[in-house]
Amino acid sequence: MFNYYLRLAMASIRRTPVLSVLMVLALGLGIGAFMTTFTVYYLMSGDPIPHKSHMLYAVQLDNWDPNDPPTESAKDLQPQITYRDGQYLMNSAAPAIRQAHIYATGAIVVPDTDEPPFDESIRATYHTFFEMFDVPFLYGQPWDRRDDEDHAAVAVIGRELNDRLFDGANSVGQSIRLDDKFVQIVGVLDDWQPTPRFYHVDAGGQFADTEQIYLPFNWAIDQKLLPRGNTNCWKPIDESLPLFEGFLQSECVWNQFWAELETPQQAAAYKDFLDNYVRDQKAIGRFERPLNTFISNVPEWLEVNEVVTDDNRVLVRLSFLFLLVCVLNTVGLLLAKFLGKSGEVALRRAMGASRGAIFSQNLVEVGVIGVLGGLAGAGLAWLGLQAVENLYRGYQHLVHLDPMMLTTAIGLATLSAILAGLYPVWRVSRLAPAGLLKTQ
Amino acid sequence: MLKMNNISKIYRTELVETHALRELDLHVEEGEFIAVTGPSGSGKTTFLNIAGLLEAPSSGIYELDGEDVSQLTDRQRSRIRNEKVGFIFQSFNLIPDLSLADNVDVPLRYRGWSRVERRKAVGDMLDLVGLGSRQNYLPSQLSGGQQQRVAIARALAGKPRFLLADEPTGNLDSEMAGIVMNLLESINADGTTIVMVTHDPDLAHRASRNIHILDGRASDVVIPVSTNVTALPERGVACV
Repeated sequence: MFNYYLRLAMASIRRTPVLSVLMVLALGLGIGAFMTTFTVYYLMSGDPIPHKSHMLYAVQLDNWDPNDPPTESAKDLQPQITYRDGQYLMNSAAPAIRQAHIYATGAIVVPDTDEPPFDESIRATYHTFFEMFDVPFLYGQPWDRRDDEDHAAVAVIGRELNDRLFDGANSVGQSIRLDDKFVQIVGVLDDWQPTPRFYHVDAGGQFADTEQIYLPFNWAIDQKLLPRGNTNCWKPIDESLPLFEGFLQSECVWNQFWAELETPQQAAAYKDFLDNYVRDQKAIGRFERPLNTFISNVPEWLEVNEVVTDDNRVLVRLSFLFLLVCVLNTVGLLLAKFLGKSGEVALRRAMGASRGAIFSQNLVEVGVIGVLGGLAGAGLAWLGLQAVENLYRGYQHLVHLDPMMLTTAIGLATLSAILAGLYPVWRVSRLAPAGLLKTQ
Repeated sequence: MLKMNNISKIYRTELVETHALRELDLHVEEGEFIAVTGPSGSGKTTFLNIAGLLEAPSSGIYELDGEDVSQLTDRQRSRIRNEKVGFIFQSFNLIPDLSLADNVDVPLRYRGWSRVERRKAVGDMLDLVGLGSRQNYLPSQLSGGQQQRVAIARALAGKPRFLLADEPTGNLDSEMAGIVMNLLESINADGTTIVMVTHDPDLAHRASRNIHILDGRASDVVIPVSTNVTALPERGVACV
C-alpha cells in the first residue's frame, strides 16, 4: 500500500500546489535557519582530536602586570606564554610524555618555477608537535630531536603546498626557498584540519586553515622570523639588548605551549612542576602576581577561549524557536489542506478504508512534504553557510554541506513534518464520513 | 440479507436531541430491489448510512448477512463495508484527479487483491457500464450519466452483495436517468440486492418494493397497478 499512498500523495500535492509549496517553504525556511546555525555550532563545539583530547594540555602562566585585577580563572589569564618560559619548559626535565613549544610566523616562498613569490603562514615548533597531535604524513616523516638541537634547516610542508610546488609528487629531499634561505623538506603532510584549530585559538584563528609549512623552532628564531598573531606585552622591552634579543627576553606573550599527560596523576605532577618553576622565577623578581598556573585539556581550552560564544548558543536556540514557529504554521496549513479533501476521505471510508488506512495514507503525504521541505531546507542551509563564509573571516571549515548534513536536514524536516502532521492527520482520519458524502 | 429491529438513531447536541430514526424495523431479502422514499428530513439518509455501516445505530439490532453488525469496531465495519456493500451517490463522488480505472480501483485497494485481480475486475466493470475504452480518462472528460456509470462500476468492482444508492439519478436528465436505472435493474437481475433512496415516484415504481420513511419510521407502500411495474413481492416485511 505504501507505493499507492505515495502515488496518492504526489497527486494530492499536485492538486493543491500553492498550499503544498507554502508548506515546503515553511519547513524549508525553518530547517534551513536551524541547520545553518546548528552546523556552525556543531563544528565549533566539536572535539578536534577526540581520541586524546583529554591528554593534551595547554599551559598558562601568570606573568602579567601586578597592578591588574586578580586572576580568578584560566579565562582571566593570557592564553600564551613568553618565549623564555617556553624555552625553559621545553628544555627542562618536565614530567610530561611530550611537550611542544610553538609560535606562528610566516615567510615569502620563492618557487623554482615561473610562479611569482607568495606569502605563506608558518608554524615554528618542535618535532614532538607531529606525534603529539597525531598529524598524518603523506610522504616522509617529522624532523627528529637532533634536528631541533642542531637548529637544522628542514621543513615539513602541507599537501596543498606540495601540490602547488611539486604537482603532488613526493618532494622529500627537495628544497624550498623561504625569503632568502633554503630549507630541505623531510616530510609532506596528508590533509589535516582539526576544527577548531585547538593548538592556536586566539586572534580569531580557531577556524583558520592549518599552516602549510612547519619549521624547527630554533631555526625560525635564528632567522628572526617574527611572530604573527597576537603578541601582548605589559612591560617595556629592554632597550639595552638588540631589538630581537630584547623581544625574546621580554615579558611579551606570543608562544603557545602544550604538554601531553596521560593520567590525572601526571597532570597533577606537571602542574606542581610548573608551580615550582614559577616560584623559582619569583625568587629572581619575575611573576609578581600571586601564583596562578593553569593547565587545560582540549575541551577545557576551547571553553577557556570561548571558541563557542554565547552568541552562537543564543542563535541556535532562536533558530530552533523559528523552526517551531514554522512547524506550527505547517500544522495550520496541513489542517486546511486535509480538511479540504474531507470529501475524498469520506468516500474512501465508504469504500472500505479504515481510520488506520486514512491515517497512513495522509501520513505518507506528510512525509513526502517533509522530504521536500528537507531538500529545500538543505538548499537554504547551504546558502546560509555561504553567507556565513562571506561575512566572517576564518569560517571556511564550517561552511560545507556534507552528506551527513543533507541526511540530517531531510530527517529533521521529515520528523518535523510528521510531528506537525500528526494532529491534522488524526483529525482527518476521525471525520465522520456519513455527513460528508452527501455534500461532496 | 438485511434485518433491522428496533433501530433508533438520536443525534444529541448541547441544546437539542434529534430522533432521526425511531424503532425502525425493516427486513430486506436477498435479491430485492427496494426503493426508499420519504420527504426531506424523514430519516432516509440516516437509514442509508446505518445500512451501509457508515454510522452505528443508537439502539436496536442490525444484522447484515446473518451477522450482528450493530456494535462492531471501526476496522470490522470497514472490512464489511468493503466486502459486502457498494455505494452509489447522487453526486457520483468520483475523485477528480484519478483516472476512471483508478477510481474504480479504490475499493479494491482496501480489499488486498493482487494487481492482476484488480486490473481484471476494473476492466470487467468498466466494460459492463460501457466505458471500457476510456479507462484512462479523467472524470471531468465525461458527461454526468457516464460519471454515474463509472460510480456504479466502482460500487460493483468488489462484487458486493448489497448495493446502496442515494438518489442515483438525482443529478441526471431523464434520458441519462433511464440508462442508469436500466443498468441498476440489470445488476439486480443478476442477483445483487439494491436499496435505493429516491424522490422520484416513477423511479420508485420500477423497484420491486417501496418503503416509505416518515418521521424516522418505515412502512411498506403498495405500488399503484396503473404504473405497470413489477408487483410487490410477497416476501420482506417492513413495519412500524
